[in-house]
Amino acid sequence: MKIAARHLDKITIFDISGDIDLATSPELRKALLRELRELKTPRVVLNLSAVRYIDSSGVASLVEGLKASRDVGSRLVLFGLNKTVREVLQLSKLVRIFEIYENEEQSVAP
Amino acid sequence: MSRGSLLFKMELQSNPEMLCVVRNALSELTAKLGFSEPQCRAVVLAVDEALTNIIRHAYLGDPEQPIEASFRRIHVPGEGKSGDALEIVLEDSGATAPEKMCGRALEDVRPGGLGLHFIRESMDTVEFSRSNGKNQLRLVKILHSQGPPKGS
Repeated sequence: MKIAARHLDKITIFDISGDIDLATSPELRKALLRELRELKTPRVVLNLSAVRYIDSSGVASLVEGLKASRDVGSRLVLFGLNKTVREVLQLSKLVRIFEIYENEEQSVAP
Repeated sequence: MSRGSLLFKMELQSNPEMLCVVRNALSELTAKLGFSEPQCRAVVLAVDEALTNIIRHAYLGDPEQPIEASFRRIHVPGEGKSGDALEIVLEDSGATAPEKMCGRALEDVRPGGLGLHFIRESMDTVEFSRSNGKNQLRLVKILHSQGPPKGS
């Protein structure tokens, strides 16, 4: 898994690629919590279009990020979910709790 | 029931870095057996989650413990779901009793506890057992489901 950060005004966009599993999810969790809890970035956007696989530990990291965003009054936004990622989120029944958009334009819109 | 034909067997360390290796191999295997793409993804997810549980709960994160995985093609008889199937057996020597792995209610929105739910949703059979100091998890995914004859 690779994470690359971009900044757009008060929005941070993480372009994530590869597999999010037990080996890599701690890195995602760390990046999310730093951005939300420490830097208190008002909106954090995750571009998941290049994510090939996500497992329950990856979903857990997203849930933890979501909780952190709610704690500090930020927004955690996801976009670019492919079939695999969407299936896993649907299977978790947690898809409804996330703010999900089709593309980056919608995700960074005011 | 016949033990079926062994397709392949692997021994791996309880290292999270090995998970992608297993996923890639299993993805190839399930495709070659003729599973549909969603079924392939389901089997890969279930095995990945099962191995994750072994690493985290049976071996408490120790990356150098042994895990055995065997993959067989079997025939599942019965009046309900039946047909050719892929049987996957995972064995570990960890201390966690399978009955302790109970997952959690999905309504409880918090990190963790999803793995067992994913396994159960993805496979047709999920059986835990423990003997001779080993935990064994048996997973079965039916290849071509043949329901009861029409009109029965």
